[in-house]
Amino acid sequence: MSSGLYDMSAKDFDKTLDLSAIKPYGDTMNDGKVQLSFTLPVANNDRGMEAARILAKKMGLTEPNVAYARTLDAEFTFYVVYGSCTYTVDYNNIKIQAIEDVSMEMDEVDAYIKEHIGRKIVVIGASTGTDAHTVGIDAIMNRKGFAGHYGLERYEMIEALNMGAQVPNEEFLAKAREIHADVLLVSQTVTQKNIHIMNLTELIELAEAEGMRSNCVMCCGGARITHELAKELGFDAGFGPGKFANDVATFCVKEMVRRGMK
Amino acid sequence: MTSKIGLDHALVDKARASAAKVAEDTQRFIDRHTTVAVERTVCRLLGIDGINDVEVPMPNVVVEHLTEKGLLAEGAALRIGNAMAELGIGPQEVAEGIDRGEIDLAALPLHSDAEIRAALAPVVDATMARIRANVAKRNEYLTEFGDKQGPYIYLIVATGNIYEDITQAKAAAKQGADVIAVIRTTGQSLLDFVPYGATTEGFGGTYATQENFRLMRAALDEVGEEQHRYIRLCNYCSGLCMPEIAAMGALERLDVMLNDALYGILFRDINMQRTIVDQYFSRVINGFAGVIINTGEDNYLTTADAYEEAHTVLASQFLNEQFAVQAGLPEEQMGLGHAFEMDPDLPNAFLYELAQAQMAREIFPKAPLKYMPPTKFMTGNIFRGHVQDALFNMVTILTNQKIHLLGMMTEAIHTPFMSDRALAIENAQYIFRTMADLGEDIEYKKGGIIQSRAAEVLQKAADLLGEIERIGLFATLEKGVFADIKRPLDGGKGLDGVTTKSDRYFNPFVEEMRKEARA
Repeated sequence: MSSGLYDMSAKDFDKTLDLSAIKPYGDTMNDGKVQLSFTLPVANNDRGMEAARILAKKMGLTEPNVAYARTLDAEFTFYVVYGSCTYTVDYNNIKIQAIEDVSMEMDEVDAYIKEHIGRKIVVIGASTGTDAHTVGIDAIMNRKGFAGHYGLERYEMIEALNMGAQVPNEEFLAKAREIHADVLLVSQTVTQKNIHIMNLTELIELAEAEGMRSNCVMCCGGARITHELAKELGFDAGFGPGKFANDVATFCVKEMVRRGMK
Repeated sequence: MTSKIGLDHALVDKARASAAKVAEDTQRFIDRHTTVAVERTVCRLLGIDGINDVEVPMPNVVVEHLTEKGLLAEGAALRIGNAMAELGIGPQEVAEGIDRGEIDLAALPLHSDAEIRAALAPVVDATMARIRANVAKRNEYLTEFGDKQGPYIYLIVATGNIYEDITQAKAAAKQGADVIAVIRTTGQSLLDFVPYGATTEGFGGTYATQENFRLMRAALDEVGEEQHRYIRLCNYCSGLCMPEIAAMGALERLDVMLNDALYGILFRDINMQRTIVDQYFSRVINGFAGVIINTGEDNYLTTADAYEEAHTVLASQFLNEQFAVQAGLPEEQMGLGHAFEMDPDLPNAFLYELAQAQMAREIFPKAPLKYMPPTKFMTGNIFRGHVQDALFNMVTILTNQKIHLLGMMTEAIHTPFMSDRALAIENAQYIFRTMADLGEDIEYKKGGIIQSRAAEVLQKAADLLGEIERIGLFATLEKGVFADIKRPLDGGKGLDGVTTKSDRYFNPFVEEMRKEARA
């Protein structure tokens, strides 16, 4: 167990930052400190504590400290564990698929549309398939927006239609065609058993079959969506947590211009 | 009762009178109509159950037959009762005969109302007795173990597999949960039938079936007996099968049902005429079966802003209350809903939440109010999330909310881990214990932020209800007053299942249950 207030362990590791081999930071460079918590399906006793410690070591933690163990049920125990991570990451050589555009604010987006497209653009959004959650699409589209970022409905140069939740993919595409949408936004919040992946894939396949894919910008968003996943599924972009209406709008208008959509 | 927040009781009365007028006007529409869901419910209460060889539930087989033959307007009871009188068989055999194509309800000679009612009476009486026995059993448990004082801790399970749900629910009950809600699978609200049997596959939740209800009820009774507490079971009485789920819940002794008069219209795009008719029968059943209904006003605040739209929550609570009154549901079973959903960046947000919770408490003094935790501003920062949940827990204990849906620090990340639930219960119990009587000791400053906020919300709600009274409920929904969502009168799902009743229509269960509610 921990020795209390003072950390007596020797700090004889190199304390200079090396971006080719970064480690987690607790209170000293390269100390590697991480915290984790998990539940094991065993009774809360010494043997369980040891199991938690061994598991932490297998995860690459040295000096694992089981700070807390709590009984959840007769055969389930919750552990909080601290330790030092032995692995490092070469930060210099990471390649990621990221949206390169620097996000503009609402007024800048409107000005950009006026200058480069010269007409209002039409954006349609929905939470498709069986997903009943509108939180994601509402955060991007509703006038009020989310966390101080106004939604697309408030943009002067955007005609926005939010179809809400549980919209079948076919209906979504039919409406998009009817209103001549330039941009299609799909939100997926419930992600149990990867149903969102099946649903998003189906949407892209339908759009391709309908010959609509090349005429519009298609983006998806949600708690589990990354840009990389979105690209892999055939979307132009993906927006995860922490992205707001202006991030989505910036990408879409720039993508329209990149693709010469008028 | 003296008001801590200086409510203007004349204004409360005015708002309530407006809501009552709206509910009465709407009730006239309800009384003239029936729906496929209402008639399937009559079938279920007559004991028609099971599925045919292509897995269509038998109540659907019967009601589709009635619709095809143009008999829906007369109601299932009349024609099933007639077949029973004519053929001397029970309702299930009638249904099976229809399924095999051997019975055509339109071809049988029509008996007198008296003969038909006499044929139905023993079956109706047996169902009524079964539901009464369930109410008695619940009361027996509550007498034996005593009921929980203070807030009921309400937890959800949502694995998709009823057997896994049972494991999780038992653990949660042992850790202190008072109400277990089994979240339904995504999309069930839009099914125009209720699936059959025990189920092990679902997305984001588990199918509501009568067998799943029965299995979970038995499991919770078992834990309850071990723990000497009565563990309440909750499910979702909403969507296109609202009254059918209510019937199943009444038959299997569920204790709490999500049951909102407007939710399906707003959030599931179910046709408003359909929902309004369906909700009435579902509430008659819930009222009779001693089931606490939970209304869904909290959902408004996930789409609309919690500060600006607070008055729509209060207005809707008044409407839900008056629709429940129309259905004979006692105040003690009205779990009117609201939520702690203000932006954490808003200065004094905690004071506004406190004001609104206290206001709901005082306006609906007997109602076991349902209070929902923060979800909209849960970000994945589990550490802040745990604090947001703590503030929410404080409002509950300070204002005596009753059905307290526990917030999870991992909201917006995943369905709760076993440990998430345990930490959430620990958080709530700590606050409920150490602040148990703080509410009793607090008085709010006259004309201060809290009192002023409550006055403002009440005034706006009363004004809004006055406007709804003037234009009617349906027109209000068309205008998008609630949750910023507009719904057309003839739009949405399920309208083709609504029909005007004929002169011979009768629903023996509404008659019996309402009779007892009035007694």
